[in-house]
Amino acid sequence: MSETIATRAAYGETMAALAKDYPDVVVLDADLSGSTMSKKFADVCPERFFNIGIAEANMAGIAAGLATCGKKPFIHSFAMFATGRAWEQVRNSIAYPGLNVKVIGSHGGLSVGEDGATHQCLEDYAIMRAIPGMLVVSPCDGPAMRLATKALLDYEGPAYMRLGRLAVESVTDEIPGYTFQLGKGFQLRDGSDVTVIATGMMVQEAVKASDALNAQGVSVRVIDMATIKPLDEEIVLKAARETGAIVTSEEATVLGGLGSAVCECVAAGCPVPVVRHGVQDEFGRSGAAKQVLAAYGLTADGIIESVKKVLALKK
Amino acid sequence: MTHQELALTAAKARLLGLDMVYRAASGHPGGSFSSMDLLTLLYQNVMRVDPAKPRDPDRDRFVLSKGHCTPALYPTLALRGYFPLKELQMFRSIHGNMSGHAEMNNVRGVDMSTGSLGQGISAAVGMALAGKLDQKSYRVYTLLGDGEIEEGQVWEAAMSAAKFHLDNLCAIVDVNGLQIDGRTADVMPSEPLDQKWSAFGWNVIPCDGHDFNALEAAYAQAASVPGKPSVILARTVKGKGVSYMENNAGWHGKAPNAQQYHQGREELIAQITQLAQSAGRIPGEELTPILEVLCEDKEEN
Repeated sequence: MSETIATRAAYGETMAALAKDYPDVVVLDADLSGSTMSKKFADVCPERFFNIGIAEANMAGIAAGLATCGKKPFIHSFAMFATGRAWEQVRNSIAYPGLNVKVIGSHGGLSVGEDGATHQCLEDYAIMRAIPGMLVVSPCDGPAMRLATKALLDYEGPAYMRLGRLAVESVTDEIPGYTFQLGKGFQLRDGSDVTVIATGMMVQEAVKASDALNAQGVSVRVIDMATIKPLDEEIVLKAARETGAIVTSEEATVLGGLGSAVCECVAAGCPVPVVRHGVQDEFGRSGAAKQVLAAYGLTADGIIESVKKVLALKK
Repeated sequence: MTHQELALTAAKARLLGLDMVYRAASGHPGGSFSSMDLLTLLYQNVMRVDPAKPRDPDRDRFVLSKGHCTPALYPTLALRGYFPLKELQMFRSIHGNMSGHAEMNNVRGVDMSTGSLGQGISAAVGMALAGKLDQKSYRVYTLLGDGEIEEGQVWEAAMSAAKFHLDNLCAIVDVNGLQIDGRTADVMPSEPLDQKWSAFGWNVIPCDGHDFNALEAAYAQAASVPGKPSVILARTVKGKGVSYMENNAGWHGKAPNAQQYHQGREELIAQITQLAQSAGRIPGEELTPILEVLCEDKEEN
């Protein structure tokens, strides 16, 4: 039976479990350690945990200074504030000097739900992707997140990783030979008519959509694109060549994130129709998370609709 | 260095800085010259650094939070022996790596890349925190402008340095009273600085930023107060050392024309000559290595 766990919980437990193995890692939070789950690390390693208070800009700068001294800082807040409030600090103090800081944004996308638009970060993929040299990662489930966290601990350089708020069912643990590698997509379902390339918890919806469409006679390939930057161009172009149509799906604005990255790739390498499923250039709104996601079409049904659109373009 | 030697070195650094800005036809002489004395003292007599080992993990560190004042930092580093004076000719040039704002990966001796105001002090807090974590004895210095402290991040950083009891951190505010758009008191009043820093939990040391006796005492006091960070509020003259630049906000980020350059150059050469004599040195020997790297004329661009 599949495990159901929020990726932030899987992240927190992994950081805590590996704390002793990585003596240079330091963890910083901006007064959200219970939500981001950085508290799990603090519980086992309080001497390497620093609460910077509600000051994300300063947190990013302090992390940069720590990194110049050989520390490996992981900084935490909601995705909105970790990437938005502190964007310029992440760009100028961390990414420009190429410092080894990991920016961790939890509660990304619409699924922060009731808090509403000010807290629903839809732009994190886009604005982090725009920074030269920045790795952008968004694992889809608990098992993927555990592997991604270990991979980030071993990765040298600036990186951003989004954590999800909601408990999600695992889709990778049932795949034989599943591996996680930074910069690589992973094919979860093979198919020949169309490919859905999804990231974060839209991967689960893509798998559901694929199963439903297969029952209707549409063969859908599903790729978990856990790393948005650098994009795994090989797997994208292969999908473009072999299936001739692509739907991208992300719990984010369709401007600048995964959808844009895939379009840029196929436009240059193998032009095929692409439909970008996600939030269509608008703000979110308050509501229970599942209801907000449904209101914006971020569901398996929304993906099925997008697949039908792209198949019409393919013909 | 003796105080005469420090004054001589600072005058040389000003001449090199003036030349850098003239050659590049851009740069920030005003705030560079106001901080030249305190920076020269810091690198020559206060900080425990070895130019042969610029990344020594045990070294004292300096963060130029007012990252545009590279016409102060780069000559200071060159005169301390981090790199040849000739490299200063590449300042702001596409042909070299002496970038306009401080750059840690390309300029030897620079401990942190800065430029966007308000960010350097946070990095300095991080360095000081790392020192505490590793139980190292190095000290961290950071230089801010009195205009720069209008950035909110400075006060976030100030709060955090006090929280973590960073007595290994010393901030210096170059209080020259001017910023790009005019008097700091008009653009955004920030006084009373002493009360503000004190309220944020810092040990506050006001001093004359051009008086080596006062500066020396200030750095010593900063290192002696346990349990809290220290800030030196250095009262300075913007553009110090070049008559027409002094106390003139217009010289914040402007290059001199040929006439102005030559006037400033002559003034600084006169200062160097006089300071060399009072330091018991031979003026010609002091001047020659500097003059060798200065612009011949504008056409060199």
